[in-house]
Parts: sequence; C-alpha cells; structure tokens
Amino acid sequence: MSASWTISAARDALRKGEVSATDLTMSCLAAIDAGDGLNAFVHKTPELALTQARAADARLKGGDAPSLCGIPLGIKDLFCIKDVPTQAASNILRGFKPQYDSTVTAKLFHAGAVCLGKLNMDEFAMGSSNESSCYGPAVNPWKVDARNLTPGGSSGGSAAAVAADLCLGATGTDTGGSIRQPAAFTGITGIKPTYGRVSRYGIIAYASSLDQAGPMTKSVRDAAIMLGAMAGHDPKDSTSADIPVPDFEAALTGDIRGKKIGIPREYRMDGLSSEIAALWDKGADMLRAAGAEVVDISLPHTKYALPTYYIIAPAEASSNLARYDGVRYGHRAALSAGDGITEMYEKTRAEGFGPEVQRRIMVGTYVLSAGFYDAYYNRARRVRALIKRDFELAFAAGVDCILAPATPTPAFGLGEQGTSDPVEMYLNDVFTITLNLAGLPGICVPMGLNKQGLPLGLQLIGHAWGEVDLLNHAYVLEKSAGFVAKPEKWW
Amino acid sequence: MSIDIDTARKVAKLARIRVETGDLPDLAEKLSGILGLMEQLNEVDVTGVEPMTSVTPQRLKRRADVVNDGEQQPAVLANAPDAREGFFAVPKVVE
Repeated sequence: MSASWTISAARDALRKGEVSATDLTMSCLAAIDAGDGLNAFVHKTPELALTQARAADARLKGGDAPSLCGIPLGIKDLFCIKDVPTQAASNILRGFKPQYDSTVTAKLFHAGAVCLGKLNMDEFAMGSSNESSCYGPAVNPWKVDARNLTPGGSSGGSAAAVAADLCLGATGTDTGGSIRQPAAFTGITGIKPTYGRVSRYGIIAYASSLDQAGPMTKSVRDAAIMLGAMAGHDPKDSTSADIPVPDFEAALTGDIRGKKIGIPREYRMDGLSSEIAALWDKGADMLRAAGAEVVDISLPHTKYALPTYYIIAPAEASSNLARYDGVRYGHRAALSAGDGITEMYEKTRAEGFGPEVQRRIMVGTYVLSAGFYDAYYNRARRVRALIKRDFELAFAAGVDCILAPATPTPAFGLGEQGTSDPVEMYLNDVFTITLNLAGLPGICVPMGLNKQGLPLGLQLIGHAWGEVDLLNHAYVLEKSAGFVAKPEKWW
Repeated sequence: MSIDIDTARKVAKLARIRVETGDLPDLAEKLSGILGLMEQLNEVDVTGVEPMTSVTPQRLKRRADVVNDGEQQPAVLANAPDAREGFFAVPKVVE
C-alpha cells in the first residue's frame, strides 16, 4: 500500500517511474475515505489532488522533479488555500473560502506536492487534545482498549493522518507544542523550526510571537525534506528571517561524535511518568553511545514557562481574534429587531467561538486591560526574557543540543482531561512551551512503545537557526531507537 | 487574585462576547483558576529585565512606500456575510 510510504521512498519510486503521482494519490484518497472513523480529514479535496498529481506526473516525465513532486500531503485547517474551505476548526469561519494561498502551501504546491485535503485541529489551535474542534475530535489510530484516545493537539488531525498512513506527510503549526505533543502521542516525527524560519503569511493567527509552522512526517529524513520546501524568507511576513535555507537532508550524516548534549534537570518534574523518565535516560545513553558527551544543565526558569505562556498567548490571541466580528468573513449571528452593531459583535462571537477560545480571548482581554497590563502582561514578557536567557547561557556554555521529554504522559482518553479545570489540560504543554517562548527549534522523535503499547517520544532542542544540527541529532536517535511499530487498523 | 462575577461581566463586554447572566459564575470560576496559575510569576525577580519584544533581535525590513496591491474588490468582499453595492453592510451604527 503506497500510502504507507515515507516521502523519501515515494520520491525515489516516483523518480524511477515505479509509481505515478496519480496512483499514489489515488491510494491515499482511498485510505482517507476508509479512515473517516479517525475524523482526521475534515475537508477532502480529491479533485484538486488529482489535478495536482497529473501535473506532477508531467513534471516527473520531463525530468523536473523537486523532492516533493507528486507527494500527497494533508494540510492543517489553519493554512489558507485558495477556494478551499479553511476555518481553523471554528464555527466562526464556517463557509470561509480564502481568496489567496498561504506562503507555506504555495511553496509546497510549487515544489509539486499534492493537496489531499484539510486536517482537523483544536479550534484556532487552542488545545492539547483536538477536543475543542468544531468538527469533533480527531481520534488517535493507536488504541489499546475500548477507549478512543486523543491524537494530541492542536495538530491532532495531522498527527492521526500521518500515523494512520492516510497521507505521506502533513503540515502542522506549533504555538506551545502543537506539533511535538501530537507527534509524541501518535509515534511520528514533528519539528517546530526556529521562529522566523517559516513564513506565517496566510496561516490563521493564534499568538503571533509564538506561532511557527512545521512538518509532521514518518521519519526525520522526511521532516528534513519537507522543511526545506516550507522554509525561507517571505516579504509578506515581516518576522520571517532573511537568511539562506540550508540543505537539511544533506546534513543527515549520523555523525554526532564530540557533540555535547544537555539534560535539563528542571524537566525532571512531578507528573512525569516513570516510563518517560526511563526513556529519557535511554535516549541519553543512545546519544552517548553515538559519541556525544552528555552533561547536566540547568534551565532555572522552566517552571515559570507555563504561566508566562498562558498570559502572552491569550493576550496575543485576544488581539488577533478581534477580527472575527461578523463583518468581513465567516459567521454573522441572526439579529433581533433593534439590535445594533455591538449586539451583532457580541452575538456573533458568542455563537461562533467555542468555550476554550472564548476563555482565552477573555483572559487575554483581562491581562491587557488598564490596571493589569503591567502586573500580568509586562511581567510575563520580562519572565519570557529570562526563560530565553536560560537557554542562551546553556548554549553559550558549549551545549549543542538539549534532550528532554516531549510530554509528561502518553496519549490519554478523549474526555479524560480538562473538562472541569482547563489548567489540567494546559499542563500537557509543560515540556514544549519553553521553546516557543525562546523561539528555538525543537523536534519530537518516536522512541518506542510503553507497556500498554502506546507510542512515546523524546524531544531534542536546538539553538536558534540550528535545525541542521538538530535534525542530525534526531536522525541518530531515530536510528538507535529503531521505532517501526504501526497502529493496528481498527477504523 | 480571583475574578468576581462583575469582573467577568466586564471582561466579556470588553471582549465583545455575549455571556448569559446564568453562565457568569462558571466563567468567573474558570478565569480565576487560570489567573491562579499566573500568580506564580510574582515569585520571579524581574528587576532590571527588559520585557522581551522579539524572538531574534532584528530590525523590521523596510520597503519602498508604494502601492503594491489592491484593485481586488470582488475578492475582498467574496466572503462577506452581507455585501451590497461594493461595500460591507452592517447594522445601523449611529442613531
């Protein structure tokens, strides 16, 4: 079944003419239709996919075949694609069809990628379980008992689709862990690049100083290939960095001799499952066996990352989401006689936003309001500077890469967390949000299965613009762990 | 610091989100829980630390101050819930 291929295997087969892009695409479309039970694909685009696949076949025949030529991908519902429904899993954008493409999807399509459809996610990327989606949650293909498990969030649909072999790779976005946590929960690879590596243009904004798009794939090599096509300076995003994009794939040498790996002691915290703690030690042993030196480091402000994030992200969200007012796009509430524009705003936003999005908008409104701006928002921005400095000091002391858990636990059951206390759900992000605050790149690599048979991942953290080195370390970890398990098909 | 019902009502108003009176106590409780998490930041000594403004120190790029886009009225209005005669239509704003 070719839908189960990696991007690199498919690329080689396509170039040799052993398979056509059209056949590969048909195979994915069939897997997607058979995978409705996972609720991963929420807007299918078979016609667009086949049109793009035929064009890719023509390019392949002509010998003009970039790495992603003819590769079928899924796209998170946060990325605008012209004339394709794009609603950030929110009712407030029901029916919205962008009139333009995001830079990331435009670059992927330019490189020959095939768009299979839009993938489920938490509403406006706010969530860690995919349960805040207006489409209902995506379901983790991994299952060990009668319960349906979360694929994580917010890029839950992307993770489920890649893990279940509905597509060869997918785009995700990561504001506080939304690529890495779902990757860990589903046994796939996901990288959040350095802030500014990938353009945010045309990606529906959650928290603009934290949001970054990245690939979710079946291997480190695939992540390197896909990131190469997504990255690069974009004049349409003033925060995108005008620096060259290296050849990430060529950097996968597997040689990390003499590199220094930091183990942050503050990450060994309460609530970390003993299995993941043991896996972390094992990961360090693997890197040591490959010739790296492993050292303890301290990131003293780690425990303040969660409260810092939950001030800054909602503050930015409250501003970004002010645009959903029922005037220019999306939902507008039915109005009663005598309702004016304020009632239109208030009713539209009450109907269109789900409860978690409403809460975050209101938290953000509160921390930015007169009298609290300094006490909350400015204090959080100061602590953010300290969190970033922790990392800078560690790297300045000679550390090349940091090894850490990706999540405190393996995937949990849908409906099991955060129903009465939203903060319980926020704790999922404790190992991932530090990087978003500091702007650093991080990658989650699947390492093995726990006793129950659920996938576990580890996270590697690199220095700013150090994706080349980071991916190479991840490649070593991937080779040493040799994770090849796949979920048994039940859907 | 906990959020009382009046504060919850005020925040909802500022955020332009209608919250029914009966839902305010639950909202106030959930917001209080979230703000409780933030209180931890009061432990941190931030004396002399500048608020972080950008992830990588960079001067925003400049470009020539010229019109480089526009004349796309149909595309701009394509998704409007109510568009008439080339404009977005909204309920009466001024009495």
